[in-house]
Amino acid sequence: MLTMRFLKLIEGRGLVFLAVLTGLMLLVPIGNLAFPPGSPFHVSTGTVVLLGKYLTYAMLAVALDLAWGYCGILSLGHGAFFALGGYAMGMYLMRQIGTRGVYGHPVLPDFMVFLNYKELPMTWWGFDFFPYAMMMVLLAPGLLAFVFGWLAFRSRVTGVYLSIITQALTYALFLAFFRNDMGFGGNNGLTDFKDILGFNVQAQGTRVTLFVLTCLALMGTFIVARVIVSSTYGKVLIAIRDAESRTRFLGYRVEHYKLVVFVLSAMIAGVAGALYVPQVGIINPSEFSPANSIEAVVWVAVGGRGTLVGAALGAFVVNYMKTFFTTGWLASYWLFALGGLFVLVTLAMPKGILGLYDQLRGKFSKPATEPGREAA
Amino acid sequence: MRILALLRGIGLALCLALVALPAAAQDARPLPDEIVTRFLADSFGDTEAAIGAVAASGAPQAADMLQALGDRRLFISASAKGLFYRDGAGKGFDARTGQPADVPADASAVRLNNRLRGVVQAALGTLTLLSPDPVQRLRAAESVFKSRDPAALPAIEQALARETNARIRNVFEEARAAIIIADTKAPEASRMAAASRIAETGDQDGLALLRQLSAQATGNLKSVIESSIQTIERRQQIRQAGQTVWFGISLGSVLLLAAIGLAITFGVMGVINMAHGEMVMIGAYVTFMTQEVFRARFPHLLDWSLPIAIPLAFIITGLVGVLIERGVIRFLYGRPLETLLATFGVSLILQQAVRSWFGPTNREVSAPSYMSGSFEFIGLQITYGRLWIVVFTLVVFFALLLLLKATPLGLQMRAVTQNRRMAASMGIRTRFVDAMTFGLGSGIAGIAGVALSQIDNVSPNLGQNYIIDSFMVVVFGGVGNLWGTLISAFTLGIANKLLEPFAGAVLGKIIILVLLILFIQKRPRGLFALKGRAVEQ
Amino acid sequence: MSTQTPGAGLTSAILYLDGVSVSFDGFKAIRGLSLTLEQGEMRAIIGPNGAGKTTMMDIITGKTRPDAGDVLFDGGRIDLTRYDEAAIAELGIGRKFQKPTVFESHSVADNVLLALKGRRGPFSALFGARNRVKPDEIDAILDKVRLLKHRARPAGDLSHGQKQWLEIAMLLAQDPKLLLVDEPVAGMTDAETEATAELLKEINRDHSVIVVEHDMHFVRALQCKVTCLHEGSVLSEGTIDAVASDKRVIEVYLGR
Repeated sequence: MLTMRFLKLIEGRGLVFLAVLTGLMLLVPIGNLAFPPGSPFHVSTGTVVLLGKYLTYAMLAVALDLAWGYCGILSLGHGAFFALGGYAMGMYLMRQIGTRGVYGHPVLPDFMVFLNYKELPMTWWGFDFFPYAMMMVLLAPGLLAFVFGWLAFRSRVTGVYLSIITQALTYALFLAFFRNDMGFGGNNGLTDFKDILGFNVQAQGTRVTLFVLTCLALMGTFIVARVIVSSTYGKVLIAIRDAESRTRFLGYRVEHYKLVVFVLSAMIAGVAGALYVPQVGIINPSEFSPANSIEAVVWVAVGGRGTLVGAALGAFVVNYMKTFFTTGWLASYWLFALGGLFVLVTLAMPKGILGLYDQLRGKFSKPATEPGREAA
Repeated sequence: MRILALLRGIGLALCLALVALPAAAQDARPLPDEIVTRFLADSFGDTEAAIGAVAASGAPQAADMLQALGDRRLFISASAKGLFYRDGAGKGFDARTGQPADVPADASAVRLNNRLRGVVQAALGTLTLLSPDPVQRLRAAESVFKSRDPAALPAIEQALARETNARIRNVFEEARAAIIIADTKAPEASRMAAASRIAETGDQDGLALLRQLSAQATGNLKSVIESSIQTIERRQQIRQAGQTVWFGISLGSVLLLAAIGLAITFGVMGVINMAHGEMVMIGAYVTFMTQEVFRARFPHLLDWSLPIAIPLAFIITGLVGVLIERGVIRFLYGRPLETLLATFGVSLILQQAVRSWFGPTNREVSAPSYMSGSFEFIGLQITYGRLWIVVFTLVVFFALLLLLKATPLGLQMRAVTQNRRMAASMGIRTRFVDAMTFGLGSGIAGIAGVALSQIDNVSPNLGQNYIIDSFMVVVFGGVGNLWGTLISAFTLGIANKLLEPFAGAVLGKIIILVLLILFIQKRPRGLFALKGRAVEQ
Repeated sequence: MSTQTPGAGLTSAILYLDGVSVSFDGFKAIRGLSLTLEQGEMRAIIGPNGAGKTTMMDIITGKTRPDAGDVLFDGGRIDLTRYDEAAIAELGIGRKFQKPTVFESHSVADNVLLALKGRRGPFSALFGARNRVKPDEIDAILDKVRLLKHRARPAGDLSHGQKQWLEIAMLLAQDPKLLLVDEPVAGMTDAETEATAELLKEINRDHSVIVVEHDMHFVRALQCKVTCLHEGSVLSEGTIDAVASDKRVIEVYLGR
């Protein structure tokens, strides 16, 4: 009974998605650990890290899609939540360096010694304790989203106005984190990590483990998001997206609904950021750059907003393109491609890749497969 | 263009007024033989008399001679019965005529004792105080102010009597007052008068002097000095405030300039154009290219490249704007979020196009002569560049206002944005008006780029620095309200500069952003919001 | 929800407007409007464009705050000007818009589901009773408005008239004490218009209803008291025949 309900909840496309993720989660580690370099089945550690990075981006995209695709909140500041989660994790990793830093100070990270800090700033207290750091991964973006959303939604800031002030928010943080006296490492950010929970972050085993954890986190995120959007709550979100004032006249407190989804989405973004940092080995203020947040929006748009699978797929596709472009002679054309993608998606395929797929399938198979229906 | 000529005229007149000097005798006049004889006598008494005579002679080489004397480079030659000196580079001159000449082999340096050294210095001071060059006179007076050497008093008095330039007179008077007030032997009444004189026009140096003296002074003098200190401090505070407001206005005009175009495309049309900053950037590059062409072809007209770049930038960015509108935006009317994304894509493409074309590095746009330099206005240092930008911004603003309110195109624009279908049925070509409106907004952004090329680095990233600020300005002012944009830009500019002394530039900016975010929460429609049913649509 | 009693005893009416005024940028949309609707009454509001009909609805439902005047609900017990849209909907006022607004990407049944009476907080929507609604309840309502066979279709695919009915169905699901119905028969055929009038009369059996409409045949079919608004205040009130023969009403409709 429960399995049936689960299957119904996830729907066909979601099941394919979960199956692919499970496959990745099993095959990539095997390819990396069991096959020696040179073997055709070998997956290099670099590829593991790259895929892991894509997966955290996919999580960010799913989070953004919950807010934008389902509730119409186009946040141009989700990169900030991602970065805050990343910084929380980065702070834990910095504290784990201990005396192995260049200056060998037992408590203060290198950059603080360099900047003549005498003691650890209060913002850093407790970050050597892993559960506390993990709590902050959720709380820092969650609280920011709560305060910001509470103010914004209550005063009914909607549409582009909201987008613009979310962009201003991430821009303000961007400027702030560049400052040395914020105590977060200034423009160098946090890097040179050594251990996570006692395991060397550089070690192959740790990297593979992080990859598996990221796969699990993405699957978890997807299932949670799927449960949310198929509940009545999800239906109300869509109602708000399509006719906000009508929803209000039905007696729904639109601001509460938005706030819940916004905070939840920010927290998921924070977790994605926290998984991102140990894999790439650095977090710096450029993660707050407004362009990063907009780029995340285009992932969702490319994959198909309002479809969770689409958001994740979009993150994968666009980032694969980015890697492909920026590592070769095409590097200087990447921004042309990305810019063109923005224009193309909005003009030619407003429902993204998945929408296009549905349209094509609709055309060639029997007509009228319930057009306009929400896909998984 | 006529204006420009007029401006140059004014500038020239200003320069002349500054340089106008008391016509001093420049003709070569040989020193009287008597002076040479006295030096040849080689006694300290005669030398002292000779020094006085040299200073009083008014000969053009007098200053060089005295300088040489002080440095033991003035020589007497018994064989040639003459007086010679070498300049700092070792070149020889005949002191009597001031013409180059070989210094004879038997020449020996004129001897000085410490007292005479003082006399030489004082004579030199007097000489420069009387110099025909106003810059030298000014510098001499300032050094007297600093040294407060009572020996220089007669020279100052003498110079003051001859001085006609008001600005230099002022410095002379201050210097005289400084000597008197610092002279403990001077009568108290005149010292008090001197303190008041310093209070009248004194600046930081005067303040330092008075503070130093107030510690030693007693009685009436002390109280006069203290009130003088307060006078100067108050004046400095006012000046500081004035300066802050000016900087704020200057920043505000930059914000306004960057935002005006957006006030059209976003405010009037409701189009979220994330490529707005790139329009500004293109305008700046048009300026750069115009200047390069002038530099290569018509170097003597280089100063004209900026005025000529204005219409060019307007036309080129306007065309780019029309292309964007026709190619992208028109498919997205009524879908603001999609417009936002598509135009962001356009902005990436434009940035990269400029980067591939011109390279990623900063390009240099030089300031024309009428925009460099600065002047003082009631104690405020105002650079011509900033002043022109403020004036230019206001001109653009009011021209735009006029265009919207008083021309058929403006009327049609407002008609289309208020009720598209109605306008269409009245025979207005709405698509054409859309394109023109967007082109206008973009063109104005391009004009902004011309001005901003003067104060910012011309690089592919130029636009990104302005886009968020511009949106904040428009939203804060109230969308669709040009006056709101004006007030908002200047408010934000001044607020930013007020915060800067306490918080620093970056933190100040962050604080402003946070305040703006909070403000928009409180009043989502900005300072001057339109009310009513139409807004909801 | 605390129920103030600002006007208790003042009136027993379900809706009581007195001296209500509102202006937008100097334009007086409503000036000194007074109107009383008794419990269980049905009232038709007519008036030329710009008479203030929609603005009056906006004031009652909390979308617009009046500059002056009393807006009391439920026997004078509740001052509506203190609440926002969601709270007023919870208090029991439902509204159908002039332009039919249904949730286009939801199915017809989901539209009704969202409107159903019950708790409306985000957490109850996530885990609560609204996720366990019996389809019968929805089907019964859809049957009333003849949309049962369309229950699975996306609401965006419905015809204009069907959307109007779906909105009425949503009002029924909401089960409010007072229904505000703005131009329910715009774009309907004569037969549909007649059916709608019957439906509204049926609804009126246990709800108070205000209908704004231009269509005089429809208003006549409703067989209720009529109020004519003009320039933001009441011009004439009474039976349809009395209002229709009022000289001032004829003047504003035909021009002077």
